[in-house]
Amino acid sequence: MKEKLHQLKLKYQGKKMAPAFNALHTFLYSPNETTHSGSHVRAVDDLKRTMNTVIMALVPCLLFGMFNAGYQHYSAINGFPAEFSLFEHFLTWDNFWLGVITILPLVIVSYGVGLVIEFIFAVIKGHEVEEGYLVTGMLVPLIIPVDTPLWMLAVAVAFGVVIGKEVFGGTGMNILNPALTIRAFLFFAYPTWMSGDKVWVHDAVNLAGTADAISGETILGYLAQGNTSEFSYSVSDMFFGFIPGSVGETSTLLILLGGLFLIFSKIASWRIMLSAVIGSLVMGLLFNGAVAWEWIPEYSKFYGLMSFDFWKHLIVGGLAFGIVYMATDPVTGSQTNKGKWIYGFLIGFISVMIRVFNPGYPEGVFLAILLMNVFAPTIDHYVVQGNVKKRMKRLKNATILPKPSDGKAEELKVETV
Amino acid sequence: MALLSKKDANLILDPLADNNPITIQVLGICSALAITAELKASVVMSISVLFVLGVGNVVISLMRNIIPSKIRIIVQLIVVATLVIIVDQVLKAFAYELSKTLAVFVGLIITNCIIMGRFEAFALGNGPWKSFLDGIGNALGYGVILIIVGFFRELLGSGTLFGIPVLGDPIAKTGLYATGYENNGFMIIPPAALIVVGVIIWVQRSRNKALIEEA
Repeated sequence: MKEKLHQLKLKYQGKKMAPAFNALHTFLYSPNETTHSGSHVRAVDDLKRTMNTVIMALVPCLLFGMFNAGYQHYSAINGFPAEFSLFEHFLTWDNFWLGVITILPLVIVSYGVGLVIEFIFAVIKGHEVEEGYLVTGMLVPLIIPVDTPLWMLAVAVAFGVVIGKEVFGGTGMNILNPALTIRAFLFFAYPTWMSGDKVWVHDAVNLAGTADAISGETILGYLAQGNTSEFSYSVSDMFFGFIPGSVGETSTLLILLGGLFLIFSKIASWRIMLSAVIGSLVMGLLFNGAVAWEWIPEYSKFYGLMSFDFWKHLIVGGLAFGIVYMATDPVTGSQTNKGKWIYGFLIGFISVMIRVFNPGYPEGVFLAILLMNVFAPTIDHYVVQGNVKKRMKRLKNATILPKPSDGKAEELKVETV
Repeated sequence: MALLSKKDANLILDPLADNNPITIQVLGICSALAITAELKASVVMSISVLFVLGVGNVVISLMRNIIPSKIRIIVQLIVVATLVIIVDQVLKAFAYELSKTLAVFVGLIITNCIIMGRFEAFALGNGPWKSFLDGIGNALGYGVILIIVGFFRELLGSGTLFGIPVLGDPIAKTGLYATGYENNGFMIIPPAALIVVGVIIWVQRSRNKALIEEA
């Protein structure tokens, strides 16, 4: 296989379609060219390896999402089990099968459309196909509702890849996270498919208005409407992820494991994750404080979300998923260490703020991350400038200290020469 | 083009493509973003600007030798304001509904950079006939972009053209909507116009590489 691809590549060298064949060749194998001059250190952990590591961290979320799609669907129809048992009610073939037939098409469309566009652009530009889409293509199905129509997803992916990434020059040059650009496009273009109480459970949209109508409002949705008492999900449900939501975002446990995996394989920045968690907790605490001091009357429409325990913000909705897999995108995030702290903190802080104050849609993670994507270069600029200033100051102080009396200066000169 | 000399013809044709006020000079963007959600509004706006810029350029050009250069901006503003009020009153009299959609943006033609820009750059230094052609050309260049943007935004965002449904009925699910197609709400909001204009700029510059600025 490797040999064959290599021969194909040689055959098409210099032809128009060469980038497409090169991409196939280097997709799974490391290229067989070697550098001929100078000494080079070569390691296999290239961009592709990085991408594959992230995908590996995402697979548990995807599998869980498949089981959860079935669990939410059947439970909405037959009623939630009174005595929940993991193996009897959740990890069943029925659940998994339903998940496969609803979620696998999303994955295929996302990868298919995205990679076709990447190939077209690579051929036009005449350079290698970039691996950037490998992770994006996996992230996209995980952050949208299970029943998103496939053609909408295809349109959104085309938009996100072309406008969000290729116009800026491709992978590594984009300002905005492409996966979130795709989600933002879907959200603004087709809001009825991206929010409300019908889209989170498979078939709920089709059954709406019939005798079998089912619904599955997210926890944040309940809270935004002030129905604090109406949902019956326990904290452990929220943490393990047996709740309605976008495909892959529900299980905080698996996201946490994925996050730890990314931190220990040094793919993602722990600074961004930690500071984003801190940021969201601080904002949550401020809101809890506002409620505790009775600044917010109970009839206020913000009361439900404001009185929501601050730490629970992390285990419902897409906050955890966004922090671990989206905020840490090395291209669109801050590059400097100090910048990462600021960037992460503001993501958490603004996410919870949007959650509480946005009247239309009780989820703000993707908007917060996109906003901070835009600000990341600015943050970096000021961090670097701050460092330059600090060093200039040190330089100024340093030159003042050894007062050059004539003899000593001469001596020093001799020594340095 | 026996009517116009080659030089005069270029005054009209250049702003239509290679020196377009919106895509090349990047002027008049605000109104291009604000009123292009409907094709009808785009067309009316284009005609209004055509009138204001065509007549305004001639008036300024006729007065160019008697305007003291220190107060020329004020004189230009008065000329534009007069013309804009005429347009505004005509719209209110004959197309009241439309003038409500366009609302403040007709008044804001006064601040449209294209108009003051052409007065300053062209009408103050050229004769009335040339200024007239320049005004018409620039207003047409502006209008072309407005109409292209308006066409795509209305078609994709509302499924209509000039308010007439062309893709079927979204509520009764006829035509294209029967297949599950839905209107794209993103195209209705102003940021979409920015992206459509951006795509037009992209297409134009990739067809004519001479337009690409040095980085």
